[in-house]
Amino acid sequence: MQNDRLIIAGREFTSRLFVGTGKYKDFVETKKAIEASGADVVTVAVRRVNITDRSKENLLDYLDPKKYTILPNTAGCYNVEDALRYSRLARAAGVSDLIKLEVLGDERTLFPDTAGLIEAAKILVKEGFIVLPYTNDDPIVAQKLVDIGCPAVMPLAAPIGSGLGIRNPYNLKIIMEMIKVPIIVDAGVGTASDAALAMELGADAVLMNTAIAGAQDPIAMAEAMKYAVYAGRLAYKAGRIPRKLYATASSPIEGML
Amino acid sequence: MVEAIQIQVNGEQRGCHAGATVGDLLRELAIKTERVAVELNLEILDRKDFDHRSLKPGDRVEILSFIGGGAPVEVQGKGEDSVHAE
Repeated sequence: MQNDRLIIAGREFTSRLFVGTGKYKDFVETKKAIEASGADVVTVAVRRVNITDRSKENLLDYLDPKKYTILPNTAGCYNVEDALRYSRLARAAGVSDLIKLEVLGDERTLFPDTAGLIEAAKILVKEGFIVLPYTNDDPIVAQKLVDIGCPAVMPLAAPIGSGLGIRNPYNLKIIMEMIKVPIIVDAGVGTASDAALAMELGADAVLMNTAIAGAQDPIAMAEAMKYAVYAGRLAYKAGRIPRKLYATASSPIEGML
Repeated sequence: MVEAIQIQVNGEQRGCHAGATVGDLLRELAIKTERVAVELNLEILDRKDFDHRSLKPGDRVEILSFIGGGAPVEVQGKGEDSVHAE
């Protein structure tokens, strides 16, 4: 696994766990959890600066952009126009051309509006963005996003923050077989086994936020996720045995009394 | 006396000196220019133009930066009933 690097748009990553930075108690906890997760890529949102209370600290004072790849997202955008506006603001705020593109369809499920997603992705790719789209577990939409020029696709495992785990392993498996760019399973992971399962299915990486930030002990869960993603990747590379309905003895019969 | 004008910053009314630039506004608010994005009347400004763009009465300025996120903050707290489906 020494040379098992994840490469997206020419950028190399050691860790296959991407983490969000929302919902933590404070920046110190955020920093500790991210360190424990071993992640290289961290997602951030773009919001108004608090101009009335300037004592509020900045997240990037705690996350060194030289150490981490900062991946801004368009979380909270429910239409193409807003997603484009936030993407452009993220680029202007100045870390890179990377954008985790979210165009949400509905507040209750936070499921992606895939028509809007495709439309926004087309425009952003033309503008030179490196678009990582948060999408449904729909192989056809995933292929369309690749055709547009997205260098990776991020299908959901379950609704954002739901912790339901991998709801549709078969669709994810089809996406992984069909799509020739890295697949990052994004959203819905609840615990370590979910992350391991995503990797065992053949995901190139897993992105999560709530599963870590919302755990009783976020720092311990971050570490658990690090090992889960690593173990899942190892198991995938190792190649699991086929499932069989009946037993196959592990010990030889020969030599028995 | 420098003439004062009214502008809107991040949705709030605010006075500033006539002839002040976006850069002046950021300094007055003690906001470091690195890692913020500024939108002036919906136009996203290049950081190197902050000191060249002067503010006019009624201008709408948005100053944004990166915050913790991964899940949309606005909808947190909704739909958190536990699931009994399984």
